[in-house]
Amino acid sequence: MSRSDLTLKFVSRAMAIISAAIVLLILGFLVRESEPALRELGLARFFTDASWHPLSGKFNFTPMIAATLLTSLGAIMIATPLGIASAVFAHFYAPPLLVNWHRRLIELLAGIPSVVFGLWGLVVLAPLVARMGGSGQNLLTATIVLGLMVLPTVALLSDAAIASVPREWIQGAAALGLQRWAIVVKVVLPGARRGIGSGVMLALTRALGETMAVLMLAGNIVEMPKSLLSPARTLNANIALELGYASASHRSVLFVSGLMLMLVVSVIVVGVSRRKGPSDAWR
Amino acid sequence: MLGDNLPAPATNKVQRHQSREILTATAVWISAGLVIATLVWILTDIAVRGLAQVSLTFLTEEVKDAGRAGGIGPIILSTLLIVSVTLAVAIPLSLATAIALTERIGQDTWFARNVRRCLDVLAGVPSIVFGLFGNAFFAITLGLGYSILSGGLTLACMVLPILIRTSEQAIAAVPNEYRYAAAALGLGRTAALFRVILPAAAPALMAGVVLSIGRALAETAALIFTSGYVARAPESLLDSGRSLSVHIYDMSMNVPGGGSRAYATACVLVGLLLAINATTELLLRLAGLPTRTTSGGRT
Repeated sequence: MSRSDLTLKFVSRAMAIISAAIVLLILGFLVRESEPALRELGLARFFTDASWHPLSGKFNFTPMIAATLLTSLGAIMIATPLGIASAVFAHFYAPPLLVNWHRRLIELLAGIPSVVFGLWGLVVLAPLVARMGGSGQNLLTATIVLGLMVLPTVALLSDAAIASVPREWIQGAAALGLQRWAIVVKVVLPGARRGIGSGVMLALTRALGETMAVLMLAGNIVEMPKSLLSPARTLNANIALELGYASASHRSVLFVSGLMLMLVVSVIVVGVSRRKGPSDAWR
Repeated sequence: MLGDNLPAPATNKVQRHQSREILTATAVWISAGLVIATLVWILTDIAVRGLAQVSLTFLTEEVKDAGRAGGIGPIILSTLLIVSVTLAVAIPLSLATAIALTERIGQDTWFARNVRRCLDVLAGVPSIVFGLFGNAFFAITLGLGYSILSGGLTLACMVLPILIRTSEQAIAAVPNEYRYAAAALGLGRTAALFRVILPAAAPALMAGVVLSIGRALAETAALIFTSGYVARAPESLLDSGRSLSVHIYDMSMNVPGGGSRAYATACVLVGLLLAINATTELLLRLAGLPTRTTSGGRT
């Protein structure tokens, strides 16, 4: 091996190690910054304190955790059927002329910035939801928009999963006289189950990680949500709202919530990648 | 499609199957239509409310009266600077990583597997967590403060996984014949890489870069606490600067009566992203890659 080849090998490997280490650096900094709060307050107080009043030392995460879970799971419940239907449409129902345009539009939907979703939700959707009562900035609005935002992830991954179902299965099913709905429901979807499942899980990580749209739409009041029409604040929105003025233990507590988010999301991502093999093209 | 051609005996079973066929088809068409209709709704809404206010003066003027008057000139400048910093850091890092993952190491060594896994996790990190990290590391620990440099570096970490993935695909898509030919001509690995493989992969590499620009432009949460809110034109990379997306957020949430200006800015941003989308597709077609390799959700 010549000298320039060796240099290339060392440089590129070193760069690869740096790239991989960034995620550890992030984790390290989150741990370092949240350590004071974890040591002084302990984990239990984040669930047993009376309320969220960071300036008087009360740090109860429960309402915000509930809001985060509710919006994310709600978004998944919206995105899963619509996303799978979108993928099925592209493969089995769309006229050939529409297929490419449909995919392109779904990819476009994936590229729209979350602030733009937030703006649209604020100006267009919130007044519509407000007719059902309240200000329109509530869990329901946030969940609908969040569902729309994570839909492309479900749709595109289901699309890829359906594309990887062996053609012979579909042809075999057709030869047996199955109708189109039966082929889709009884052969294709079960065959693509794993891929679709990964898509849904990754969409869940997107929903858990989304900040801006929810911040603009959920109303941001820290209280246990009573109905879909009550305002709520998610953990992400809370960080975005309070990091600007937080100091000392308050700041550290915000890092604890960031650490919790990152750990939950990472566990899901590693779980999915272990199931599929790490370098599967999930994007 | 399949059922229509059968000489159907009019039994109950066949009728039931026919009606299920119709039911499923309707449901699928309605769902797909609903999704597309909503997308079109959002885009037309942005265009209708925003386009009328976009003019040359709006694109170049200073921000006045907290954004209610004037234009977005300094904001476009800050955005460009942030994206430049992002690319200046992310491109060399991701290119070298992609080379290490494709040209140097077999696809499935322990090293490659773990680098890829780290990158997968990095791709899933919520953007607000990037904001927290950028604030703690770049702004405070490294002492860069709320600045364009902090924001750009934070975004560089964020776009790294997608940029590496697209570069990997670009390099892997170069036909092996090129490598054999280079080797047969007596080129070393390094020479072959820089003279043959990377030039051949250039359009696809470029597509990845353009795609990452799109991601960086769309990001808000990671920038609020790294590059900050200041709407003046930045004088150096150490000044705080507000990106287009942060401006949209600020206009719509913190400035009463800023809604229409938020729409105008959103119109500019979406216009940019549409252009980026088209460019990516063009570059990938140029590279002879299927355009779907870049598909997927936001990072």
